[in-house]
Amino acid sequence: MLELTDIKAGYGRTQVLHGVTVPSADVVAVLGHNGAGKSTLLRLAIGLIKPSKGRVVFDGEDITSLAPNQRVARGMAYVPQGQQSFGQLTTLENLQLAADGRRRRKALIDAQLARFPALEQFATRKAGLLSGGQRQQLAIARALITEPKLLILDEPTEGIQPTIVAEIEQTIMELAAAGMNVLLVEQHIGFALEAAERYVVLASGHVTQTGEGGKAATSTVRAAMAI
Amino acid sequence: MDALIPQLLNGSAQGALLLLAALGLSLTFGQMGVINMAHGEFLMIGAFSAYLVQQVIVASDLSIPVALPVAFVVAGLFGLLLEVTIIRWMYRRPLDTLLVTVGVGLILQQAALQIFPSQGVPVEKPRWLDGQLTILGYDWPLRQLFTILLAAVCVAALSAWLKYTSFGRRIRATVHNRDLAETTGISTRTIDRLTFFVGSGLAGVAGVAASLIGGTNSQMGAQYIIPAFLVVAAGGIGQLKGTILAAWAVGVALAFFAYWTTGSLAQVLAFILVIVFLQLRPQGLFTVRTRSLA
Ligand SMILES: Nc1ncnc2c1ncn2[C@@H]1O[C@H](COP(=O)(O)OP(=O)(O)O)[C@@H](O)[C@H]1O
Ligand SMILES: [Mg+2]
Repeated sequence: MLELTDIKAGYGRTQVLHGVTVPSADVVAVLGHNGAGKSTLLRLAIGLIKPSKGRVVFDGEDITSLAPNQRVARGMAYVPQGQQSFGQLTTLENLQLAADGRRRRKALIDAQLARFPALEQFATRKAGLLSGGQRQQLAIARALITEPKLLILDEPTEGIQPTIVAEIEQTIMELAAAGMNVLLVEQHIGFALEAAERYVVLASGHVTQTGEGGKAATSTVRAAMAI
Repeated sequence: MDALIPQLLNGSAQGALLLLAALGLSLTFGQMGVINMAHGEFLMIGAFSAYLVQQVIVASDLSIPVALPVAFVVAGLFGLLLEVTIIRWMYRRPLDTLLVTVGVGLILQQAALQIFPSQGVPVEKPRWLDGQLTILGYDWPLRQLFTILLAAVCVAALSAWLKYTSFGRRIRATVHNRDLAETTGISTRTIDRLTFFVGSGLAGVAGVAASLIGGTNSQMGAQYIIPAFLVVAAGGIGQLKGTILAAWAVGVALAFFAYWTTGSLAQVLAFILVIVFLQLRPQGLFTVRTRSLA
């Protein structure tokens, strides 16, 4: 669904990604230590930064020069690292933002409120007052309202209370089982390999290993992360 | 005591006019961080629009109500044009924006001077604004009351629009977190243009009110721009409540200073007051409490 080919990118004059290629697969996990360039790669995938070299192809279309909102319109959705929401807006307004301009707005929102009961409970509360886990659920709900073909998740369980971690992991598995494509950055290697059809290991902006998720051993992945 | 009431009422009307001028700025400066020095000239464009409408609709009872939306759209379109041609390239360069828009303001002033008589043009007051309302023994001119009413309507309309419409929601989201807004599917470019249109349009409405109180000429915008910026800064960025209070306070202070001294000294004194205030409370009247919450 999404192919990233020989990507070079960074911030200003600092290059962070040095020719990264990510193959297309239903569920792709990107693994790597802090600072390896994982978030940069996902920001590039959704269009928040542009590559100095390389191509981004989605669903057969070259989208390298498209703005993020145009990529969302084509069926990509992005959940950034760190439980980001519009804190001054209510939970419901956060969801309405994603639903605005779509047909069956109400049904789309209701489907996510049903999926995450905590959001229903705090619908009229400012999103900034939700717990970290609830904010992350809100971020995922916002992404799902756009009915994406590909869901991009940047460390969705990082810094979240364990009970909600299990819920979020289950949600990801269910979505994947229902046929949604997923591009996942995850520190929890065990879960990532379980969920992923293919995985890519990043170290210092280079791909040091790729392979099939189910078959990889955690130890070989750890070795590739340390390169 | 006798002098107090008239100055208070007078100042409230001045404050309302300042508020109208500042409302648009609270969008373009407060929400988008753009220092648009041509905002005063958009106000002037609104005032001239009122004059032009009166050339078509002679009955001033009708022409002013028609002029309000016309001025909004005309000034809004000028703002949109400025955004699309110049400001869009300068969003992260406030100093450049300031310099360029000072230039644009001067060009607009010069253009007004070429098109209209240099002494300015008369905007006829509607007859229904001729009278006075007696408040606490003071005859309060209806046009001052009208300015206050107009400001109140604009504030209410703007805050309702921001709060309850999908456009308003998208503007708030874009202000809060641009990248997140984009990745939620919002075209932040479209939102920028819309915000600029509305902010500039409000300056046009302010211009109609100004044309009923003072003269309509090429210089009129210049006298509002600095106080309006001060009001936005003192009220606190993006804080409608604070902006209202600050506008009223500056308006009343101006009226009292003008009563005790002279008009231009009053301006200077009011600026000094605001600047001292900003030194004490740089974040404005109301502090945002939820700063750390993402
Ligand atoms: N906004 C930024 N500006 C400059 N450098 C950045 C920025 N964001 C990240 N970096 C740098 O890019 C590198 C990769 O960061 P990131 O992609 O966030 O890594 P990861 O998500 O794998 O932890 C790091 O060295 C980081 O310091
Ligand atoms: Mg990261």
